[in-house]
Amino acid sequence: MKPFTFERATSGADAAAAAERHPGAKFVAGGTNLLDLMKLEIETPTHLIDVNSLGLDKIEKTPEGGLRIGALVRNTELAADENVRRDYGVLSQALVAGASGQLRNMATTAGNLLQRTRCPYFYDTNQPCNKRNPGTGCGAIGGYSRQHAVIGVSDACIATHPSDMAVAMRVLDATVETIRPDGSQRKIPIAEFHRLPGDKPHIDTVLMAGELITAVTLPKPIGGRQIYRKVRDRASFAFALVSVAAIVQRDGSGRVALGGVAHKPWRIEAAEAEMPNGAKAVVARLLAGAKPTNENAFKIKLVERALASVLAEAKGA
Amino acid sequence: MRTGGEHMSNPEDCELKGGASEESEIVHNDTGITRREFIIAGTATVAATMLPTLAYGQTPQQPKLVQPQMAKVALKVNGTSHELELDTRTTLLDALREHLRLTGSKKGCDQGQCGACTVIVNGRRINSCLTLAAMHQGDSVTTIEGLGTPDNLHPMQQAFVKCDGYQCGYCTAGQICSAVAMLNEIKAGIPSHAMADITAQPKLTGAELRERMSGNICRCGAYSNIAEAITEIAGRTV
Repeated sequence: MKPFTFERATSGADAAAAAERHPGAKFVAGGTNLLDLMKLEIETPTHLIDVNSLGLDKIEKTPEGGLRIGALVRNTELAADENVRRDYGVLSQALVAGASGQLRNMATTAGNLLQRTRCPYFYDTNQPCNKRNPGTGCGAIGGYSRQHAVIGVSDACIATHPSDMAVAMRVLDATVETIRPDGSQRKIPIAEFHRLPGDKPHIDTVLMAGELITAVTLPKPIGGRQIYRKVRDRASFAFALVSVAAIVQRDGSGRVALGGVAHKPWRIEAAEAEMPNGAKAVVARLLAGAKPTNENAFKIKLVERALASVLAEAKGA
Repeated sequence: MRTGGEHMSNPEDCELKGGASEESEIVHNDTGITRREFIIAGTATVAATMLPTLAYGQTPQQPKLVQPQMAKVALKVNGTSHELELDTRTTLLDALREHLRLTGSKKGCDQGQCGACTVIVNGRRINSCLTLAAMHQGDSVTTIEGLGTPDNLHPMQQAFVKCDGYQCGYCTAGQICSAVAMLNEIKAGIPSHAMADITAQPKLTGAELRERMSGNICRCGAYSNIAEAITEIAGRTV
């Protein structure tokens, strides 16, 4: 690990301002991904700003009837929250499908959104990787790509976003709230928060330098049968090959977002018009234009079957 | 049935094998050195015997010297307050093992996958390898040494001994800390992936136990005995 200086921030505005004062600074909350990457010297911050004392750890009702989730709410607390379990069940299910009990006790809401990819070429510093080291090429294209993205890919990168939580937040139309070093705040719809790789795969999100996430808000509950289905190589503590977050209403209409298939949680609202026509019809539009590799082409069929299973479960209840 | 010469079936021996008591700087031989010192001495010997081969090559490049940055942190560990000044890079695990000499918590994978480093911080189990000591200002940490002692075992430690919930013992401290906190999570109603209905109150079934303990790997594969030990304690407390 490279040496770094360390400070404990006392307010969101202070933290963002400190980040501007120290080029090369990073915020640390749970640290479960950042510490891993720092040990491998994939992340090499020169200054760490500990944001754990900012008090952003509450879940509150919003005047609009939704929920405001503080950036530092741990994954365990969010999954266990009574309102989340009752009104946003897909989010609770997604959270408990991710990581391990120990990691969920550390990982925060904002940190979960900011996880880096788990692409093995990103982690292996002997391999080329445009995300880790821009301009060096992509080891996964033409390499071992079974876990990689099938849609929204570029010639520079086929990595996936690893979060389960973010997929549920995408289907729930969450909004990310931030504060910037100049003290101004902004609200970013989750659909616009994560980027596709394009020719700049080293940039994961639209956050600007020094911008700190303060909360994620959920709109008023929309009811429906909410299901998160994760398909992976083992039954627990593994990243998704594919995952489906779905909200299905009584009349068969609904929403669906996918994990494990793209550089961001994947949702195409237009495809949801096909919900009453079944999984095959939905997936045909949701994954139209997919560019899988020989090794991960199975994901398209897997998404279709996972969604079919989710729709059958929703109908049966 | 397990095989291997290291496996001792006498329950009294288990106390010494388990990560719970580990060596605890106890001297088990007549040389007067602990296992920890013995391993360190052995490593130095190997390094010394390797030195001459380097002399044939070019002078090895001197690694660039790095200036460590220090940070102060106050921790309460097993009820005792400590004021430490540490290199900012020190993980909580390294602070416990290398600075406070609490070597019960183990470094397995050092990347949050194996759970051998599990400790309980402010009542919650976490991977101490994936968090910096400096991030725990004012926190209260319980390690395996704080759960029980060789003379006064925690019930979960007793159950692991009774049920033979280990073979080599390396994962045991993490398994026990994790199991103790996991039962409290169930009591607190924290849901898991094993629940068919996310709004229900959790119960400790076999499937629940396996799901909730999936962050603790046992390379010897003592899982059935570990599950038996945890179930025995859960029967009393959940």
